[in-house]
Amino acid sequence: MTEAKKVSLVLEDGTRFEGKSFGYDKSIAGEVVFYTAMTGYPESLTDPSYTGQILVSTYPLIGNYGVPTDQMKDNIHAHYESHKVHISGLIISDYSSEYSHWNAIKSLGDWLKEWKVPGLYGIDTRALTKILRMKGSMLGKIEFEEEPVDFYDPNKENLVAIASTDKKEVYGNGEHKVVLVDCGVKNNIIRCLINRNATVIRVPWDYDFTNEEFDGVFLSNGPGDPAMCEQTVANISKALKIEKPIMGICLGNQLLARAAGAETYKLKFGHRSHNQPVLLAGTDRCFITSQNHGYAVAPESLPADWEAMFINVNDNTNEGIRHKTKPFFSTQFHPEAASGPVDTEYLFDEFIENIVKYKKGK
Amino acid sequence: MVRLNTSIKKAIVLGSGALKIGEAGEFDYSGSQALKALKEEGVETILINPNIATIQTSEEIADKIYFLPVTAYFVEQVIKKEKPDGILLAFGGQTALNCGVDLFRQGILEKYNIQVVGTPVQSIINTEDREIFAGKLGEIDVKTPRSYACQNMQEAYAAVEKIGYPIIIRAAYTLGGLGSGFCSNDKELQKLASSAFSYSPQILVEESIKGWKEVEYEVVRDKYDNCITVCNMENFDPLGIHTGESIVVAPSQTLSNSEYHKLREISIRIIRHIGVVGECNVQFALDPHSEDYRVIEVNARLSRSSALASKATGYPLAFVAAKLGLGYGLHELHNSVTKVTTACFEPALDYVVCKIPRWDLNKFSGVSKNLGSSMKSVGEIMAIGRSFEEAIQKGIRMVGLGMHGFVANKQEITIDQIDEELVNPTDRRIFAIAAAFDKGYTIDDIYAKTKIDRWFLHKLYKIHALKEELLKSNTLSELNDELLLDAKKAGFSDFQVARLVLDATDKEMNDKLLEVRRHRQAKNIVPYVKQIDTLAGEYPAQTNYLYLTYNGSEHDIEFPRDNKSVIVLGSGAYRIGSSVEFDWCSVNAISTIRKEGYRAVMINYNPETVSTDYDTCDRLYFDELTFERVMDIIEMESPKGVIVSVGGQIPNNLAMKLYRQQVPIMGTSALKIDNAEDRKKFSALLDEIGVDQPRWSELTSIDDIYKFVDVVGFPVLIRPSYVLSGAAMNVVSNHDQLEHFLQMAADVSKEHPVVVTEFIELAKEVEVDAVADKGEIVAYAISEHVEFAGVHSGDATIVFPPQKLYVETIRRIKKISREIAKALEITGPFNMQFLAKDNDIKVIECNLRASRSFPFVSKVMKINLIEIATQVMLGVPYTKPDKSLFELEYVGVKAPQFSFARLLNADPVLGVDMASTGEVGCIGENFYEAILKSMLSVGYKFPEKNILISSGQARSKLELLNSAQMLAERGFNIYATEGTHRFLRENKVESTLLHWPDEEDQKPNTIDYLREKKIDLVVNIPKNYTKRELSNGYKIRRNAIDYNIPLITNARVASAFIYAICKYKLEDIVIKSWDEYKA
Repeated sequence: MTEAKKVSLVLEDGTRFEGKSFGYDKSIAGEVVFYTAMTGYPESLTDPSYTGQILVSTYPLIGNYGVPTDQMKDNIHAHYESHKVHISGLIISDYSSEYSHWNAIKSLGDWLKEWKVPGLYGIDTRALTKILRMKGSMLGKIEFEEEPVDFYDPNKENLVAIASTDKKEVYGNGEHKVVLVDCGVKNNIIRCLINRNATVIRVPWDYDFTNEEFDGVFLSNGPGDPAMCEQTVANISKALKIEKPIMGICLGNQLLARAAGAETYKLKFGHRSHNQPVLLAGTDRCFITSQNHGYAVAPESLPADWEAMFINVNDNTNEGIRHKTKPFFSTQFHPEAASGPVDTEYLFDEFIENIVKYKKGK
Repeated sequence: MVRLNTSIKKAIVLGSGALKIGEAGEFDYSGSQALKALKEEGVETILINPNIATIQTSEEIADKIYFLPVTAYFVEQVIKKEKPDGILLAFGGQTALNCGVDLFRQGILEKYNIQVVGTPVQSIINTEDREIFAGKLGEIDVKTPRSYACQNMQEAYAAVEKIGYPIIIRAAYTLGGLGSGFCSNDKELQKLASSAFSYSPQILVEESIKGWKEVEYEVVRDKYDNCITVCNMENFDPLGIHTGESIVVAPSQTLSNSEYHKLREISIRIIRHIGVVGECNVQFALDPHSEDYRVIEVNARLSRSSALASKATGYPLAFVAAKLGLGYGLHELHNSVTKVTTACFEPALDYVVCKIPRWDLNKFSGVSKNLGSSMKSVGEIMAIGRSFEEAIQKGIRMVGLGMHGFVANKQEITIDQIDEELVNPTDRRIFAIAAAFDKGYTIDDIYAKTKIDRWFLHKLYKIHALKEELLKSNTLSELNDELLLDAKKAGFSDFQVARLVLDATDKEMNDKLLEVRRHRQAKNIVPYVKQIDTLAGEYPAQTNYLYLTYNGSEHDIEFPRDNKSVIVLGSGAYRIGSSVEFDWCSVNAISTIRKEGYRAVMINYNPETVSTDYDTCDRLYFDELTFERVMDIIEMESPKGVIVSVGGQIPNNLAMKLYRQQVPIMGTSALKIDNAEDRKKFSALLDEIGVDQPRWSELTSIDDIYKFVDVVGFPVLIRPSYVLSGAAMNVVSNHDQLEHFLQMAADVSKEHPVVVTEFIELAKEVEVDAVADKGEIVAYAISEHVEFAGVHSGDATIVFPPQKLYVETIRRIKKISREIAKALEITGPFNMQFLAKDNDIKVIECNLRASRSFPFVSKVMKINLIEIATQVMLGVPYTKPDKSLFELEYVGVKAPQFSFARLLNADPVLGVDMASTGEVGCIGENFYEAILKSMLSVGYKFPEKNILISSGQARSKLELLNSAQMLAERGFNIYATEGTHRFLRENKVESTLLHWPDEEDQKPNTIDYLREKKIDLVVNIPKNYTKRELSNGYKIRRNAIDYNIPLITNARVASAFIYAICKYKLEDIVIKSWDEYKA
């Protein structure tokens, strides 16, 4: 057994946890958030929505099945949700230095080192989670001995600009042309669209796509505060007038809401898990969803021609909105899953159906 | 908002009957939950379950209880009488399900217009029939193992062409897997298939998925089609070993997100297609080298796995399933842990649980110890930790077979044939892995032989490596603190540390482990209490469902330390000799404690129990019952007291150790418990108060034993002190046997010597279950065994109140009980066993704790002995019952349930060692009606026509003569083996001679008659004369079991049963609920 370096996690309220390093040995600061999913760390770590965040896994045993191959399919990674590890740091309780899986090529620790991301184990992640739950997500820093670092608030930055792409790119060769506004998109959104006979035109977050040739608009997930993305909101407002079908996910939900005239706000500690129940408004249909967000739409601020589409059964927060007459809808949760349950993937079908209907009616 | 299925006002719930292998305490738990859910909705509940020791058959749980067999006939009688409008079939295991299918097929449900609450019967049938099942899943593109029925070699080759090697061959219509096996090439196929065709006209050629991962999902669906998977679980042992025989972890550990959710999505697709409303379990095989899978099984009912999943997650599956059956949607129900969030969610765990089966294979002679596709384990435990190492080491200790974890076990336990054990696992495989590491095997070596995922093996290796590190230190001061903490995080006990570091011998152990304890406490290496809250801390939860871990740095809870908490130590894993009856005792102690205004704190780790239901008590520590862990909890809780007398032998054995640490033990003093447990001390006490006992002597040398036997004569009874259900206890009739058993007995416990006792034949056995307060008996029940002494009290058929005891016998037994209660200053429950022969009374055992028969006598006389005992121990006022036992106008009979059918090759005989896995208790107008109900409840049937009698020695021949005459008079055909046939002829009873099994060419032969199922009842009284008689007797008994023919092996039980079936017809049996029997 090789000796692991001792390292501390310091929260802005002064709480300090001592752990051992299994990732890259570098001090770092960010926003500390917890997530309660029990599988899917390769997907979560490469999820651009986690940009700037130090991730705490409530599930204690992490690294069990290593890290999958970096093979590409349709010009995107087959097993990752983006081209890199986005989190700032990873905090866990029990690290499996020895992994086992047919599809794995390296350990989680080696992968973190590769991306220069620190990882801590040996932390009472339940105790840490309870602090975050009570006091809300807070700033924190991972500090190695004699390598002090200052607190850093990623939410003061435009994280979307960091997570987004810098150039227009096209994926797939389907009959439906979908403009994908990349605010930090997860690959599985692209996969879900390609699998449904779409050509995906991925554009940067602030790109004015309204002049492109397209059949529908997809607003991606992404990190941080939606209020930072004024340019995107302005573009969406233009798109609303064009009346082609729009679907949004997560940050995309918040941006669509803002474009419609509604407001967004920061949740105390957000939803980051695979077990969030959402009710389809006005029905008895309840779905288990994958979520990862710190901000939410204030449903009471929605204009009269919009309505809540989904509601979180646990805390009644908004989980999606739709236009009462036009083909615009979005969800706060992640129908594309990866990681998490796939129960709501059918919403992509509805989006494509909207496109088909739109084309027919044209 | 909530629209209920309001048509249900009154519903029948079917229980699962006696505990048996494959159907155990989990159904008491799920049934109790269902009844609670129904009650909450104002539905009147009728429970049919003859298992009198369960919690669900208690007054406050169901409105009416029928202690009757769970068969279509009896259920129809209850339906006629009670006129219910609904029935619940999913909460009583396979027994209830099969009964439900019978009721449906016989048109009874339709006839009485009874609605099935929850999953429709047709859906159940669709999952039960393999062919329909595979077809149904095919409709939704779900894969099941490919299988082809073949009539000849050509077809077999054609099947292989389609499937590809490796394949498995199964011969149809054979028992016990005869002619089955794996083939990897044409040559092997040729050999095996041609041999299989010699047994059977048809073989099944199936694709082999042996070695694949086995993964289960617990799926829930409501009437709105909302679905969730509450939990998934992964078997440590790959496919090939029954999931009930496997070590299981939850959640899955080696599945990637895409595998996890692929199988989850398929589970949901299946539950929707089958149309389950409530809960179902889906079992998968998953290829360890790709995402390929097969669905192996779907259970459209609550199961052992669902009980485990409930405990593993804190999600009350059975309760929710019952509510969904009544018409709720998942989103309309609350998460009962957080109270604020919805039941429509999937629990997030922030810990890992590990289930390990408990086997008792040593208790059966002749049984194969290999684990395979059928279940042999009798119980299970669940361990919770924040690392796999912590969970599995806890778990190995919890199983309670003398192991201290994965490593640091007794030196004597060596595995000679590591390779054999790894390839063909028995109940000791986990220790073979430990031994293999010691011998230098690599993880790859072990993987190649076991196909256990390397992840698990790496974790086990980590434990092994820590052991090696610990061995390097010889004193605690040398021991590095960080290493000690790492070891504790990996689940090492103080005992293991003491053994590895201090090299402590058994004798020094008690002191040394305390030394380790003090050392680590000084270093602040202590465990922390964590909650199981279903949401991994995301929402605040007031949950009292707790466990301890070293992988933490703070407690989730606070300790009031207000002298208001009372800790109850539970009974641990169900095993032969300790099962649901102690759970009943624990739960009743808890509820009394709460009623009396104290806080009840439970410690137990058996996922099949009601006592580990977190809303049963004020605090549940789902953790070990080791001295170390119990002390940890006691030190944190500072309780008013600890109750050690309601959980059977495990807590009882802790009494002295806790007492030495100044723990306040409630009730009888630990010193007095030791006086009763220690044979020598107890014997001296009996001598002192002038109470007789069979002569006995303590083994110090073989010579002394021989001398003693010369005095008392054979047979003698041999046993170690501190017995649990007679481990290594045996009656020996000659010197050879004596020597053999002395060796075996000495293996069991070095700390306590072996004793030899004269064995008194033809004596009645009488039991007293009682409660005393400071030496005064305040309540008691005397019951008698139907069998003569020599049958373990757990296997005996017990009658209460006694029907055939002399008044004088009873008077003397009461007097002796009073004297002993006084001498031992008993405060609380106790049980004594007596031998009675011609009013000559001898004491054979005294337990200063509740016994197995407490629920039975309490329910029959309607006086809750545990409630009184608990009040006595708490020192609060209680009402002394004034009823005399003779005032009962009815009779209760408790009958044992055996599981021999599951234990291939085991000899189904009774002896001083307990073999039954469960029991029932039924109430009748008189002894015969009661014993008839009881025996019908454990699977006996009215014989139609033909009865085989093989009546053993002269004494039992005589005993059965009257029965044979009665049978003959009533027109039954009696078949008899040679000696019995002669004896009957001499006594003018007609019988047909059937030849012994070894006289194969002599017709008619017993074996043919059994195999052709021409016999409806077998009475075979074993005798131990010659090898030939032994083997012939064994063959008759075993074939009776294998061909599912009722078998009785005790002459007194046989004559009682035969008298009852001659006196009563099925229609004569009175259908009365418990409350209709007026005390």
